[in-house]
Amino acid sequence: MKKIFLIIQREYLTRVKKKSFIIMTILGPILMAALFIIPAYISQKSDQEKTIGIVDETGIFQNKFSNDDNLTFKILNSDITTAKATFDESNLYAILYIPKTELSAPDSCILYSNKQPNIIIKNYIRNTIKKEVESLKLKASGIDEDILKSIKTSVKLSTIKLNEGGKEEKSNTELSMGIGFIAGFLIYIFIFMYGSMVMRGFIEEKSNRIVEILISSVKPFQLMMGKVVGIALVGLTQFILWVVFTFAIVGIYQTNFSIKNSDINKTQQNIVINQNLSQNSTAQLQNNNSDNSEVNQIIDAIKSIDFGVIILSFLFYFIGGYLLYAAMFAAIGAAVDNEADTQQFMLPITIPLIISLLMAQFVINNPDGPVAFWLSIIPFTSPIIMMVRIPFGVPVFDLTLSIVLLIGGFLFTTWLAAKIFRTGILMYGKKVNYKELWKWLKY
Amino acid sequence: MNLFSAKEITKHYANVTALQNVSIEVPQQSIFGLLGPNGAGKTTLIRIINQIIAPDNGTLLFDGRKLEAKDIFQIGYLPEERGLYKKMKVSEQSIYLAQLKGLSKQEAVKRLKYWFEKLNIESWWNKKVEELSKGMQQKIQFVVTIIHNPKLLIFDEPFSGLDPINVNIIKNEILNLRNQGATVIFSTHNMASVEELCDYIALINNSETILQGKMKDIKKAYKSNTYEVLFNNFKDDIKSILNPDFTLIEQNKDEDLIKAKIQIPKTYTSNDLIQTLLPHVSIHSFIEVLPTMNDIFIKKVNEN
Repeated sequence: MKKIFLIIQREYLTRVKKKSFIIMTILGPILMAALFIIPAYISQKSDQEKTIGIVDETGIFQNKFSNDDNLTFKILNSDITTAKATFDESNLYAILYIPKTELSAPDSCILYSNKQPNIIIKNYIRNTIKKEVESLKLKASGIDEDILKSIKTSVKLSTIKLNEGGKEEKSNTELSMGIGFIAGFLIYIFIFMYGSMVMRGFIEEKSNRIVEILISSVKPFQLMMGKVVGIALVGLTQFILWVVFTFAIVGIYQTNFSIKNSDINKTQQNIVINQNLSQNSTAQLQNNNSDNSEVNQIIDAIKSIDFGVIILSFLFYFIGGYLLYAAMFAAIGAAVDNEADTQQFMLPITIPLIISLLMAQFVINNPDGPVAFWLSIIPFTSPIIMMVRIPFGVPVFDLTLSIVLLIGGFLFTTWLAAKIFRTGILMYGKKVNYKELWKWLKY
Repeated sequence: MNLFSAKEITKHYANVTALQNVSIEVPQQSIFGLLGPNGAGKTTLIRIINQIIAPDNGTLLFDGRKLEAKDIFQIGYLPEERGLYKKMKVSEQSIYLAQLKGLSKQEAVKRLKYWFEKLNIESWWNKKVEELSKGMQQKIQFVVTIIHNPKLLIFDEPFSGLDPINVNIIKNEILNLRNQGATVIFSTHNMASVEELCDYIALINNSETILQGKMKDIKKAYKSNTYEVLFNNFKDDIKSILNPDFTLIEQNKDEDLIKAKIQIPKTYTSNDLIQTLLPHVSIHSFIEVLPTMNDIFIKKVNEN
């Protein structure tokens, strides 16, 4: 036992002290945090301001285009020929030309620019014109504008889980899907990353020729388990550091971000108050309200998710799945002489993992179906598939069965791998194939 | 008394027989040469002694009782295929390997420092293994092998990759260890070092022991009553003065000295040979030619 501990200690410390580990530990959370922050940042940050000149021969539309951070509309008091002639000096991004035309069919509008204008601008202009035309038409047919506004409805379908005690709990399908998929994907990556680390470790020891020295002091099984456990601890350390750092970075960003947000809210309120006199105000207020309720719903849903259960089951399925596969990776590492020879044996390991990942997308849409049930029971796929299911809530029976089978599964693969390991670790210069492995199992 | 003995050891790998009823007896405080051509089964036997693999049949005795799992703390093994972790520091790795042999960390550091100083390698303490040459690594492996003061030391080709100066240093250390009470099993193809070091030998060929015993006795048993004589002042054919029962194996002339190898039948003694020669030549030296281990090795293996 003391020897296993020594091996675990060495495997752990040499890896944790490696530069690549430290870099990955720092870079990982930055990348993950970037995944959350950059989209938020980009959408917040105004990109280059663009000005579009309007030549509106009808005079109806030119005031309907509202400016925002990125886009400014400028009414050009000249005809289209002069506007086009002076385009180069004008610093304009584009010129929108609305010719005098039949109101019912304003299809001869032209956007002149020296670059292909982007789709957002095109859509915005088209929608504005369309809306204006529609409301003009509706007005012409005698419908009041207030009625028009009140017709616009946004429908929200809240989902509420009925728990066993009849307790109601707000749930959010999209959020569960997201968490489930991320958790399953992380397990997939972790098993591959740390499993192949085990394999490379043994190939290294074999090609270093240190293995016989080690084997004369410790039993092959101790050597195998020492490395498997040591690397599992490296993985857990990295995972925990990632979680802590990611939350720290996102947290720091959010505190700064939310201050800015409240600033924006204030100015928005001012605008709302200012605009109160204008007819648009009611609609805008309504919009604000509905936005808020959506945010609140997401917050409610996040609160409703039992992170304790998710983190605990993540840890269990990570460790269980890792142990199951690491034993097989260890056997391969012991059987071959160099990394190039591992290819043929990698297939049986990669196939169930890749199937799990592919099926995860299917399971996410139907987390209680028979496919989800079976895949989350079979030990080779359960680490990923069960993690996908867990945020949706899994029956106790399924969970227990899956846990028991996973424990049984890794005991079985470890036992099997130890047999191959024992023979393979001292075998040099032999081209190993499946037939050979089968012979070793029977020694 | 024997420190270690193996009795009737048999080991099969699938269809291959690695060892067939092999027995060896390693006396206490001796250097025991385990010899044999490539693929004879030496490594398998050594791995069995180290309990890396288990024999199919046979008994292993250590210190007068059955070999047990805990006896690995009493055995130091330097395998032929050996190496170290390249990226680890020399100190960290030696301490780790010493700890695996049951030493506490403090004890390991203390002993390692002593040996590093003794072998003049203390400046390597903080280096990474990849910075050292192969010969340097061999020295560290040697230290690590003996660090836990084992009763039984097993060296498989300990001198490979070492320069003559380091070969001498290690040779002397092995002799020192023997003199201090350790028993050594020494496997090599270098017969010169076998003659220099070994007290006992066993020759394994085709999975079986074909020769075993005290080296001196074996040499005596294989001697062929051949003598090498150095003389001068002789012009005639040397055969003309020899007793017809004697055989002249070879002769060569160097300046005015003649060197002749002469074999005589067992019924004669060396004095008979001297008597034959004395009236005709002036003898400069007279020496009995004992068979080298190399000769015995080749002869026995070929016979087999």
